[in-house]
Amino acid sequence: MTVTFIHPLTGFIEKTFVITEFELRKLRHDFTELITRALQPALWLLIFGQVFARSGAMHTGNIPYLDFIAPGILAQSVLFVAIFYGINVIWERDLGIVQKFLASPTPRTALVLGKGLSAGIRSLSQTVIVYGLSLLLGVKLNWSPLALLNVLIIVVLAATLFGTFSLIIACIVKTRERFMGVGQVLTMPLFFASNAIYPTDIMPGWLKTISHLNPLTYVVDALRTFMLAGSTSTFGLGLDYAVILVTTIILVLVGARLYPRLAT
Amino acid sequence: MKLFELHLLHRKWGVHPIVRGNQKGHFQKWIMRDVVLEIKNLTRRFGAFTAVDALTLSVNAGEVFGLLGSNGAGKTTTIKMLTTLLPPTSGEARVSGFSITNQPVGVRRAIGYVPQAVSVDGSLTGYENLLIFAKLYDLPRREQQARIAEALEFMNLTADAGRMVGEYSGGMVRRLEIAQSTLHHPKVLFLDEPTVGLDPIARDAVWKHLVDLRTNYGTTLFFTTHYLEEAESHCDRMAIMHKGKIAALGTCKELEASLGSGHTLNDVFVHYAGNALNSSDSFHDVAAVRATAQRLG
Repeated sequence: MTVTFIHPLTGFIEKTFVITEFELRKLRHDFTELITRALQPALWLLIFGQVFARSGAMHTGNIPYLDFIAPGILAQSVLFVAIFYGINVIWERDLGIVQKFLASPTPRTALVLGKGLSAGIRSLSQTVIVYGLSLLLGVKLNWSPLALLNVLIIVVLAATLFGTFSLIIACIVKTRERFMGVGQVLTMPLFFASNAIYPTDIMPGWLKTISHLNPLTYVVDALRTFMLAGSTSTFGLGLDYAVILVTTIILVLVGARLYPRLAT
Repeated sequence: MKLFELHLLHRKWGVHPIVRGNQKGHFQKWIMRDVVLEIKNLTRRFGAFTAVDALTLSVNAGEVFGLLGSNGAGKTTTIKMLTTLLPPTSGEARVSGFSITNQPVGVRRAIGYVPQAVSVDGSLTGYENLLIFAKLYDLPRREQQARIAEALEFMNLTADAGRMVGEYSGGMVRRLEIAQSTLHHPKVLFLDEPTVGLDPIARDAVWKHLVDLRTNYGTTLFFTTHYLEEAESHCDRMAIMHKGKIAALGTCKELEASLGSGHTLNDVFVHYAGNALNSSDSFHDVAAVRATAQRLG
């Protein structure tokens, strides 16, 4: 038995990346998932977006409707990629993989964050797709490298946030059948109670309040600010980042507490 | 009797011979160091149901120890507690000197675990499955490749290392799981039903490799099984669990002799466990075992 002394923080970061690395290796062996995932944002932008843009029903200020929803659809694709991540965890539990990882000396937070981050990196492909579609539809994008970098960071963080949320649900419900039900019930309200496809100003008061408690709203706000040329943040980028980061940290800590329940 | 012979006797039969004179101190020290697994009053309740009831047991370094019992006897719950996956309700156990309740990370570094269900990832290659564990167990970077090559060679998987595990046969999957769990040269390897769902040839191959592990690295093997003939051929000692308690403990010969002459291990099992093996399978147990068998087969 070889034991090397490793500082806990270095160990944690290293293990997190090990977990992420192997999730991505799986993707390299089979990337059909990335291609099929491209369909959903395409449908929303090309059909829903175009129809609503023509109808003129949505008042989005001085931003054209298609420009308005492009970042919203990116956030939605990230949410959809991440929210079904828990299914993989349940699948790994039904095999013996989760148990084997939990019996290893890997910190629980690294197991949880590593999985979340891999959802984040998977979601980067959605960014490429949404940018491609946006170009096609004439959305005025901000191409400054700093803005692009921020978009990538927000996408990775958002997917980590929702991927970890999904893992927490998996730890609670433990079976695929229940997860599918709960996943569906949570995804739609998160999406509709946000500023992804309409501004929060047109929402009734109660829904507006809910949308302000919804982390997706802050993800969309930050993405909209960085993606679109000449767009300004509704809530302030500082608040957007703070909400996303703090929620992610809380969820990772909660997830790490609940993850061992999968092995019992 | 020389100290070394005493040790062999102790290791082989798990008996503590009477030692006199100045040898006593040395030998007791040896024994104390030699106990790799010490379980005291380990208990686990699920609501009103007591799955493991005040289990007390010790296993010596390098021993092959089998835990037998019908489904629901508490074998898997015991293994889950010893591998730190399930906290005990009360009692304590030390694995390689580390407490399962207070020093779980120490325990995790000292053990390898092969769960009953398939625990390698079918969407990675055999090599990648080993690489991830080499990294998670902090094997020094310069040693990783050599250890992986050694484990592959040892489990006779070198030629298939680059193939996706999804294409492996059941026996190869089990051997890869054992390779994965022993990369860090654990003191104790826990195996939950290691040969369930395998054909007799694959079972023999898995056992050959397990026995080699003990011979070459002195790894202590602690396993549960349904197959009495496996326990008979490979265990140094075994315990028969019944309703969460140890109903009988000893070598195969000792257990058979405990019923008088001319009894088989099967008779012993029926006597102590109160029924024939597998008679208390629940739907869930059967489904789980068959699912594993199907994935391996």
